[in-house]
Amino acid sequence: MALADTDRLGRPVIVVTGMGVVTSLGIGREANWRALTAGRSGIRRITRFPIGGLRTTVAGTVDTVPLDEPSAPALAERMAELVIEEAMAEAGIGRAGDFPGPLFVAMPPVELEWTQRRAIADATGTQAVTYADLLRVANTGAFARFQSRFLFGSVADHLAERFGTKGSPIATSTACASGATAIQLAVEAIRRGECEAALAVGTDASVNAESLIRFSLLSALSTRNDPPESAARPFSKDRDGFVMAEGAGALVLESLAHARARGATVLGVVAGSGEQTDSFHRTRSSPDGKPIIACMRNALADAGVAPEEIGYINAHGTGTPENDKMECLGVAAVFGERASTVPISSNKSMIGHTLSAAGAVEAIFTVLAVRHGVLPPTINYETPDPALPVDCVPNVAREARVRYAMSSSFGFGGQNVCLVIGAAD
Amino acid sequence: MANDRDALITGIGLVSCLGEGDDAHWAALTRPGGFQPVVDEARFAPYPVHPVTALELDKQIPKRGDQRQMEAWQRIGTYAAGLALDSAGVKDDADLLSRMNMIVAAAGGERDTAADESILSALATSADPGALLNQRLMSDLRPTMFLAQLSNLLAGNISIVHGVVGSSRTFMGEEAAGADAVRIACARIAAGQGDLFLVGGSYNAERPDILMLPELDRALWQGAWQPVWARQADGGGLVLGSLACFLVIESRSHAASRGARTRAHIAAIATDRCMRRPGNATANAARQLARIRANHDLAGAAVVSGATGAPAPTAEESAFLRDVGLPVRGIATAFGHGLEPTLPAALALAALAVERGTLFPPLEAAEAPMTEALRSVLVTSWGAWRGEAMALVSPV
Repeated sequence: MALADTDRLGRPVIVVTGMGVVTSLGIGREANWRALTAGRSGIRRITRFPIGGLRTTVAGTVDTVPLDEPSAPALAERMAELVIEEAMAEAGIGRAGDFPGPLFVAMPPVELEWTQRRAIADATGTQAVTYADLLRVANTGAFARFQSRFLFGSVADHLAERFGTKGSPIATSTACASGATAIQLAVEAIRRGECEAALAVGTDASVNAESLIRFSLLSALSTRNDPPESAARPFSKDRDGFVMAEGAGALVLESLAHARARGATVLGVVAGSGEQTDSFHRTRSSPDGKPIIACMRNALADAGVAPEEIGYINAHGTGTPENDKMECLGVAAVFGERASTVPISSNKSMIGHTLSAAGAVEAIFTVLAVRHGVLPPTINYETPDPALPVDCVPNVAREARVRYAMSSSFGFGGQNVCLVIGAAD
Repeated sequence: MANDRDALITGIGLVSCLGEGDDAHWAALTRPGGFQPVVDEARFAPYPVHPVTALELDKQIPKRGDQRQMEAWQRIGTYAAGLALDSAGVKDDADLLSRMNMIVAAAGGERDTAADESILSALATSADPGALLNQRLMSDLRPTMFLAQLSNLLAGNISIVHGVVGSSRTFMGEEAAGADAVRIACARIAAGQGDLFLVGGSYNAERPDILMLPELDRALWQGAWQPVWARQADGGGLVLGSLACFLVIESRSHAASRGARTRAHIAAIATDRCMRRPGNATANAARQLARIRANHDLAGAAVVSGATGAPAPTAEESAFLRDVGLPVRGIATAFGHGLEPTLPAALALAALAVERGTLFPPLEAAEAPMTEALRSVLVTSWGAWRGEAMALVSPV
């Protein structure tokens, strides 16, 4: 069936024409897809910083991207460059340094890290360091390079300059839903007719001691450290938390009319998106699941797709006791008697939780699943949780023809976003 | 010409050193005898800072538990959001709040400075700093502090405290984030992608860890306070101010259907970026102004500028505005530079002025008086580092 240029509401149909991805499984679409469908884990022992005294010692770090002066924003920016280059090349859109549309980047908040703080402290010449001392050293200008690096806007601005995206770049943070928010923002901009194409990117490189410990103190992380690849266990009865991870994903989105006019290959369709904020608690979902249910329904309504047309759910599936329970509650309410049979798998079982990047990275894997007719598995599924009667595509990838899939993202601060991804034909 | 999809300001919530709410701000700006800054030169000497006015937090954040879960930037932001919802007449209207879209411009990262100082001191003499850092962070970090540091938890707190749950998006990136939040809200209203928005941000200047980042690039003004334009003759620099501003922005048809009090019309808004080579920012602003002029008569207009005080962009903007030739007011003089909420706050002051049909008097000698009736306000916000935004605020 040939796609029409506009949807049932007369809005431009939005398609994906290019994708790039980096995770702990590797650099690039092919390396990632091969590992993901082979059920391989990218979770490993942390080597970036000392792990003595930590309750959690594993993560899905990206250790193969060299940097002159490592920091979370530096790695996030470099990974974003890699995935944008890959996505633009696949889409065959624009020219080097000239992308014909705006940039939406999902990324974590930025702040000086201990490496920099200690470098400044060392320069104070005192062993009883106060912020007054740090400010005195700051005022020498000796560490001026830290200033723009740790602005909240510098990653997006550098990317905008490098790739020649148009207008003011947007850096968005909606916690673990950020990547999906970036896609939503891009979809809306194209639907408004502001642009024909847009870049939606998610990137996160937060594995450092303080970030890990912050999540650890919230009891959010798995402490099943041995072996590392066993730690992420979405939907299992013995799941005990998520695994922090790094990664980036970029999608070239454009109107179908624009893609068709320039002869681009359509990889998939972003049929719709939905959101619903949860005001129950800063880190927990409303116990009745209403916001998650409404979020899924909003996405289906935006796409004009009925629950029975969804053939695969790419779960948020963090592997925390709370998330998986609430997510399955939402699926049960929205999908009714199909809830136990519609395949729902979690990429996080293999790549960990790429946090701000997850919504973009997992949307890419959802497009690949629909495109290739292969559902990536949920690995480490050894002990089913009777309270979660779902088909999580246990341990082994599965072939399946899927017309529509849903990709879900839920984050701290009541952030919920679901995307509906459609097949290219 | 009135259009159903016009973006109207129907609620204003402003908190700064000058006070809370419209009347306090207008009174401070029109004080008989001339403007008097509220500035603290001692607390963070040599850096003057505009301290936030004393707030009775219970009025907008009734649960003490909620107050405790936030740090100052979130408290003043959540408070200002409550003021905006009150002023728009939507507070506690569950139906409207369930459809209200929120776009928040935020930084975050407020730290436990005592813990930082103690840990840095211990690390200075440690034989095994890596292990010590882990051990100290495990014992010294308060779990709730993390949530006070996350950018999107200002929006999260507004959802929890005020029940705004239609949607929630947070933009990061200093001044440009605030400008783009307003731009995207207006664009969504124009395109029918929403009718009711809560847009704004907050900034807490009163912390040494917050002063640190700009000062790494020696961006802060030191010594006795001077107004933003006058300061430039002595090298310029930022005088930071604690600031929170939220606006309820609504389609004209939606405002009419609920009989809302409409305050001002955001008739145009544009944002862009450049590398800030000399003349780049001026070129962006000139393009933005040309587009506005093509559709709007600027007779009787004035400028409310978000100029930061950073020397190069402030000098360039000053020259640009001289050529524009309209009376100018620099809001950084009024309540200091507050980064993310700069454009929303400039829009708020512009709306107050347009509503009254009169511009507030000059804040310093460099600003010209305006005796004629005010018909519209051109708002500018050039970031200290990046981002150029311009908006036009007209009567409803």
